[in-house]
Amino acid sequence: MSGYTHNLFLSALRFVEKGLGAVFTDRFNPFYYLGSLAFYFFWIVAVSGIYLFIYFETSIAGAYQSVEVLTVEQWYFGGVMRSLHRYASDAMLLMMGLHLYKEWVTGRFRGARWFSWVSGVPLVWLLFAAGIGGYWLVWDELAQYIAVLTAEWLDWLPIFSESMARNFLNNSWVSDRFFSLLVFLHIGIPLALLLGMWIHIQRISQPMTNPPKRLALGTLGTLLVLSVIHPAVSQPPANLDQSVTLINFDWFYLHLYPLLDLGSPEAMWLVTGLITFGLFLLPLLPNKKRNPAAVVDLEHCNGCGWCVADCPYAAIRLRDRTDSLPHEEEAWVNSKLCVGCGICVGACSTATPFRKVGIVQPGVDLPGEWLEKLREEIYEKARASSDKSRIAVFGCQHSAQEKLPGNDALMVLTLPCIAALPPSFIDFIFSRNIADGVLLTGCRESDCFHRRGVQWTEERIAAQREPRLRDRVIRERIRLCWCGDSIGELKDAVTAFADELAQQTSEEAGTE
Amino acid sequence: MMMAGKKLNSLQYLGQFAAYALFALLLGYFSESPKYRHMEEGKAVIKLSISHAGKIVGKCRKPTAEELAGLPRNMRMREICPRERSPVSVELVTNGDILYRETIPPSGFQKDGVSVVYKRFAVPAGDYLIEAKLKDQLGDERYDYVTKKAISLKPRQVVVIDFHPNKNGFIIN
Repeated sequence: MSGYTHNLFLSALRFVEKGLGAVFTDRFNPFYYLGSLAFYFFWIVAVSGIYLFIYFETSIAGAYQSVEVLTVEQWYFGGVMRSLHRYASDAMLLMMGLHLYKEWVTGRFRGARWFSWVSGVPLVWLLFAAGIGGYWLVWDELAQYIAVLTAEWLDWLPIFSESMARNFLNNSWVSDRFFSLLVFLHIGIPLALLLGMWIHIQRISQPMTNPPKRLALGTLGTLLVLSVIHPAVSQPPANLDQSVTLINFDWFYLHLYPLLDLGSPEAMWLVTGLITFGLFLLPLLPNKKRNPAAVVDLEHCNGCGWCVADCPYAAIRLRDRTDSLPHEEEAWVNSKLCVGCGICVGACSTATPFRKVGIVQPGVDLPGEWLEKLREEIYEKARASSDKSRIAVFGCQHSAQEKLPGNDALMVLTLPCIAALPPSFIDFIFSRNIADGVLLTGCRESDCFHRRGVQWTEERIAAQREPRLRDRVIRERIRLCWCGDSIGELKDAVTAFADELAQQTSEEAGTE
Repeated sequence: MMMAGKKLNSLQYLGQFAAYALFALLLGYFSESPKYRHMEEGKAVIKLSISHAGKIVGKCRKPTAEELAGLPRNMRMREICPRERSPVSVELVTNGDILYRETIPPSGFQKDGVSVVYKRFAVPAGDYLIEAKLKDQLGDERYDYVTKKAISLKPRQVVVIDFHPNKNGFIIN
């Protein structure tokens, strides 16, 4: 895909995110919880589905009637549950599609993230199979259409000795036994989907499978209101002796079905096969921006485990000491899982720039003595400035600090992730009188490219998480700006912060 | 001073309401609209569905003494018969026009399974003289089974043409 097209897709995503961020705030922006919202809708579908199953009759004659009884006679609860079941499954598919789009367009499928991406692809098939199978069970005209078209589609595969479509030739050909199989599949496929979702999140630590309570209540309320004012209803009962002509269509799940009408099963298999194949192959695309994996320096690792607690990809673990130092355990980096975000370096208890002799030597570092080079860069930029740099701006690879106009009063440094900065470096900047203020910028709140960088940084500075920023550091001289790649917002934040610092300085001078 | 806690204003609450309403509208509308036309009004459907095993290709023969000697006692057969079956040729003619004509190979790696055909044709409703033909053995060009039936198709009606050799061949209903 060309850079222009990619930028177009990315801009569209950012446009919607920005709009939602303006009304929901970044902390509760639904587009930052697409995966967890999909999980959440799954549970709504499961709970409502269990209720429907209690009343559902697994027979050709009884299926339609039992759903009608639920919808009409028990509209106040059964009907609402049915509607909730449909709308939540549509919502789950929508969230999954948006989640996939976002992960793709932001490049979050590369490197160590390949596993989550690849394990997510079968989930698309499973969700479609579960949803379409659900429509089949109602046994109305839509079910009839789906049954005939799906059977014809599957018949193209040279794996069945008999034609599946023969089961739906006319009313006399459909059997209750086949219908029982469908019910079994509609329970089995969602269970397989759940298993797949569990596998999908295995390679990340502390996965977010629940949206914030505010979003959960908001979306549930929306689905309930929709279920009451616009309940899901059946279409006329299926009659295989007559063909379906005009039907109400669920475009979320069935948008590819017209291909079967317009083209052929081959066209449908070609489209779905190519999409699936392409999705599987996407992580193999060359990754030019890949950061090198972190390395452990045993001589300086005390096995504290802070890096293990903070790694968002479960790429570090503690193991028994392999040297003679008097610590019980040591950190070990699985380079296949490590994305080189440097969050472990920021978490390292021995990562301190306050060394009079020698270089900065943390227990875990990025290759090439990265942390020492960061300290050197700070010194270098401070020396290069004609005047003291008033604000030191640290930003991640996904934010806009490098677009800030050249200014002697600004010292700009870029890190793989904002949480790669050990809090001791902030203390160091003030202690050495390198800057009056430190501005940390990074991805949007709740949308950190490396999942937890923003959260860990906030908690470290608030002294709620190890390594804590020392109490002696004046928090008013630190500004956090989680504005992603928005240069406008960053400029405004820098200007406002500079004004505040100037005011603080003049107030301090006045006090003295 | 770090990041100040953000308090929502009334405009933001209104925005959230609009976002949730849009979400509901999206789900409510696209879960059943716009309607989809699967088949034009005034049309009927003819389904041709056959699952039939062609005749065995080749003839059975008596095994030689060497072949019998090479087999365990329980596997010694009086005759050795080939497994491969003949392809099945099918032709469907409506009002003198060929609607479908195909030769379907037998299924299975050994070509010993049934030949399966399933076709769905949307045709204008009206009167039809249907002629269904099937040939299930190699050699002779003539069809082994031929059935003719005049039918009158109403709009949306589905007529099924099935094949049962034990019931004199084609069944059209």
